[in-house]
Amino acid sequence: MVYFIVKRMIQSVFVMLAVAFLAFSLFRFVGDPITQMTGVETSVVDQERLREELGLNDPFVSQFIRFTGDMLQGDFGYSYRTRQPVADMITERVPATLELGVVALIISLLVGVPAGVYTALKPRGIWTQTILMTTLVGVSVPTFVIGIMLIFLFGVQLGWLPTFGRGGTVQIGNWESSLFTFSGWRALLLPAITLGVYQLTLTMRLVRAEMMEVMRSDYIRFAMARGVPMRKLHYKHAMVNTMVPVITIIGLQFGGVIAFSIVTESVFQWPGMGLLFLESIRFVDIPVMGVYLVVIAFFFVLVNLVVDLLYVAIDPRLRLRELE
Amino acid sequence: MIAFLKKYEGLWLFVHSPSAIVAAMVATLIILGAIFASWIALVNPYDLASFSLFDGLLPPVWQDGANPKYLLGTDDQGRDMISAILYGARLSLIIGLSALTIAAVIGVGLGLAAGYYGGRFDAVVMRIADVQLALPAILTALLIDGIARGILPAAIQQDLRVAVLTLAIALSLWVNFARTARATTFVQMNKEYVQAAIMMGQRPSRVMFVHILPNILGPLLVIMTVDLASAILLEATLSFLGIGLPADSPSLGTLIRIGMQFMLSGEWWILWIPTLFLIALVVSINILGDFLRDIFNPRLR
Amino acid sequence: MLTIKDLTVKFPSRFGDFSAIEGVDMTIKPGEIHGLVGESGAGKSTVGAAVIGLLQAPGYVANGILTLGDTDLRDLTAAQAHEVRGDRISMIFQDPQTSLNPLMTIEDQLVETIQAHSDASKTAARRRAVDLLEDIGIQNASQRIKAYPHQFSGGMRQRVVIALAICTDPELIIADEPTTALDVAVQSQVLDLIKQLARERQIAFMLITHDIGVIAQVANRVTVMRKGRVVETGDTAQVLGAPKHPYTRALMDAVPPLDQKIDRFRVPAADDTAVMQGDTAERWLLEGQQYGLTGLALENLTVTFTGQRTSLFRKPSHYVALEDVTLTIRPGSIMGLVGESGSGKSTLAKAITGLVTPTYGTMILGDTVLPFGSSRSRHHSSRQLVQMVFQDPYSSLNPRHRIGDILTEPLRFYGFVKDPAERTSLAASMLSLVGMQPDAIIKYPHQFSGGQRQRIAVARALLARPRFLICDEPTSALDVSIQAEILNLLKELQARFGLTILFISHNLAVVRQMADDTAVLRNGKIQEVNTTEVVYQSPQAKYTKSLLAQTPEMPKSWRH
Repeated sequence: MVYFIVKRMIQSVFVMLAVAFLAFSLFRFVGDPITQMTGVETSVVDQERLREELGLNDPFVSQFIRFTGDMLQGDFGYSYRTRQPVADMITERVPATLELGVVALIISLLVGVPAGVYTALKPRGIWTQTILMTTLVGVSVPTFVIGIMLIFLFGVQLGWLPTFGRGGTVQIGNWESSLFTFSGWRALLLPAITLGVYQLTLTMRLVRAEMMEVMRSDYIRFAMARGVPMRKLHYKHAMVNTMVPVITIIGLQFGGVIAFSIVTESVFQWPGMGLLFLESIRFVDIPVMGVYLVVIAFFFVLVNLVVDLLYVAIDPRLRLRELE
Repeated sequence: MIAFLKKYEGLWLFVHSPSAIVAAMVATLIILGAIFASWIALVNPYDLASFSLFDGLLPPVWQDGANPKYLLGTDDQGRDMISAILYGARLSLIIGLSALTIAAVIGVGLGLAAGYYGGRFDAVVMRIADVQLALPAILTALLIDGIARGILPAAIQQDLRVAVLTLAIALSLWVNFARTARATTFVQMNKEYVQAAIMMGQRPSRVMFVHILPNILGPLLVIMTVDLASAILLEATLSFLGIGLPADSPSLGTLIRIGMQFMLSGEWWILWIPTLFLIALVVSINILGDFLRDIFNPRLR
Repeated sequence: MLTIKDLTVKFPSRFGDFSAIEGVDMTIKPGEIHGLVGESGAGKSTVGAAVIGLLQAPGYVANGILTLGDTDLRDLTAAQAHEVRGDRISMIFQDPQTSLNPLMTIEDQLVETIQAHSDASKTAARRRAVDLLEDIGIQNASQRIKAYPHQFSGGMRQRVVIALAICTDPELIIADEPTTALDVAVQSQVLDLIKQLARERQIAFMLITHDIGVIAQVANRVTVMRKGRVVETGDTAQVLGAPKHPYTRALMDAVPPLDQKIDRFRVPAADDTAVMQGDTAERWLLEGQQYGLTGLALENLTVTFTGQRTSLFRKPSHYVALEDVTLTIRPGSIMGLVGESGSGKSTLAKAITGLVTPTYGTMILGDTVLPFGSSRSRHHSSRQLVQMVFQDPYSSLNPRHRIGDILTEPLRFYGFVKDPAERTSLAASMLSLVGMQPDAIIKYPHQFSGGQRQRIAVARALLARPRFLICDEPTSALDVSIQAEILNLLKELQARFGLTILFISHNLAVVRQMADDTAVLRNGKIQEVNTTEVVYQSPQAKYTKSLLAQTPEMPKSWRH
């Protein structure tokens, strides 16, 4: 088992390196860093000197190593657009996105999992049909449309909730959080729901499919034949066994949440990483683009690693070996 | 008997499933509309000469101030809404289908080979897939777009817009195909008819494409419908963000972005007509996809 | 005390209601082991499921009386029916691996079951569980009980399953193919256990199986079913030894005896579709015979697999599938290879055909040395001379190809016949030769039954004009009567066309019928090789002796 953990970690490192390589290639080959940084007034001679100073004439590999080293130390370079350190720009925005993402994920789990279990256990109920129909539509409506509709309904027509911005925030150390103010929550609600809806429908469908599969298995049948009380059957046996494969997908979904936050942040003008990234695309601000890439990949890989380890911890088949 | 029954059973199920019928009708209507857009539509939204600002902001036919020529009203540029959504749908479909095809060819090819050869080749393909998966679809699409913007000279950027968009979406979808193809190929590799073919001494390419491929088409078909919906949604999202198709050759997503400006000012149709149209299209594709999935997995019935 | 009268179970479908079983009568007394035997589709599992109330939806009991003691089983509410389950009636299934919840310890599953039907405290329940496991023959029960299902071997798992079934003291246990997935030795132990439980605890058993030998060994009475109806019922000795119904008689005729070799199985004339016409094919095959008879010699063949790496420091473990196998198959003869699951028999077949690369040894086909798997060229002659008939008729033919395409493939690949029309007619003729209608050419595999598919598989093998045929468990997935037909077919073809056959099976009786010589394989090592007569009548190896002793068969005294 130790071997498995080590193997997974090596795989993760490999993926991160590959992503770093992509980001680095972006830096080097898309546009010329020098011209971006200096503008037209600087003379060619000065540009050459800058190039030499920044080590842009060094061989590819040494540049890549330096790049990676810098990243590991937290030096992410400077934005072409704002001339500020990218690291600062991103850390400024991380709390907003993370809070949004986590709340959205919690919403999707709190609603999605029970809904999935319910629709699996009562396949012919009227509620089940309604839920299934709703999720079908939910999967088909793009996130930004949901956002627009919510804004229209609650923001414009009813005027209950704000339609842009984060509301009041509180600073805790480095972290600027909006979870501690009432206005913060009011502002968070619509974006979180928007972001969560898509994940919710996916989760629900997944849980439902898995649960139905489990209910058909031999050990459930055997447990029924033994007269195990139905309640226990449904929850202790079926649901627990369903959760195991579901956990892995939840991990992937977290990555999806972070990614889809781009759209949600755009619709609600939520000042998070996604909005920053969008702006950087528009202005072809390569450093920010590249770093965003690496940061997202990092979150993703981390979450997946944790999920894999969780999997091993939960499923005894992966942990223990034969007795004889 | 099973293939016949499946066809027959599939048809029977189809005929008795009201949602599937409605979905198919809606999807067909939209697709036909998109294909024949140039004949049906009143104006060509791309041809700047065919419409004028004076016709702009006209409401749909059941409201006051409407011009009966434009059944669903016009947008701020004077474009007929019906024409706009038909052309928009056409663009969305073209991009979606092309991206899907590219993704399918790459994904299935790699997945089949990975399943067949296993070993190191498989490991390499899986690592590449891992890297691709570490970057969610939107991110990949945005990145490709950003890179293209950085690399290509401004002159041809506009022309290549569609191609770049297609490539971006295709790259975000291929992994799905590859994984499914690989998993199903693994299953087939254990089947005896494959072993018989290999034993006989047949070429690997023949074993993969003549023997294995026909047997893994089922799940792949289901993925295709789901991914078609994803591709269309992705393109709409990108256009909405302003990174997809521009306002003078708008797709449905672009139209929605334009419409959003008018959300508060009362010209509701510019926003909601394209939105409803997009939803209808994607919902019908999803219903058909679900339907297909149920056919190929008889146990779920 | 279990009484079934006129039981009918229907399954509604869009084509109308389909009767799975009709008019079934049965009685089982306490302590009686009642065998329910029949071929696939007979409805035996449906009877069991109906009694315990676990019919697969949408099946329902349309008619009949079902009583257990004083209780009318049909007159219960869902809750009451669920009470009865476990408390009075219990059921065990075929595959012990999937019958147990992989995420719960054995202890939890046992305690939960015990507590569901009694007021025992957790400690008391735990104690009962441990005692029960010891009774059933699991040593070290107090420690073992904390383990998870996957940590047990197959036989142990089935014992745990039985423990779970009896821990609530039921009156009746329905056992649906309980030993089919087990090795002969383990099967023997489980059957003894069932006999012991019936005797000591007076538990009644409904033993559902397709294996007549098992019935003969443990059942007191037996009911024979066919196509949803009861065909015959009575004391085991009478039904098996002197069957009254023609179907039962035909069934018993098809069972391969362990103690003697018969020339051809007696098959009902109407069903006898063994070798028929097929002149073109016959002539074509006889042309190939001029190359003479081919034997196979294996010397010191060893196959080792490297396992997955599971630890950073230790090298991955090696698994020796075949060790030092030396075997000579005489040209034109049939060599039987007997072994249980995991013995390496399939690996041997794969080594010969090049699907697996041996680590060491020599293989000589006729007078050419066979190159090892990875270095064997795709055009090597052995790829044509050696052909294989596989075990699973449902996966050995490509479901998406027509029969015609499947059959003409070897003809095209090996370049035997250039003209497509000629290929098709040769294929059609071969179909007749194996007893199929030539119009099968345009159909798809799923349109045929298991037995028919095996015939097609044989035809495909023959269309490569092989000299050496490997049959890897060719009849293990078939019903007994179909098996008899296929075995007849193979014998006939071998005699007519001078084939050398390696016949692999775990079924000792079947090998007895087919093979001239027999080799016994265990854990990759040959235990014994000799003529079949010698191996079966006077076995030398201890393993062979115990295998023969533990194979369930009908006592000779019953046969008339």
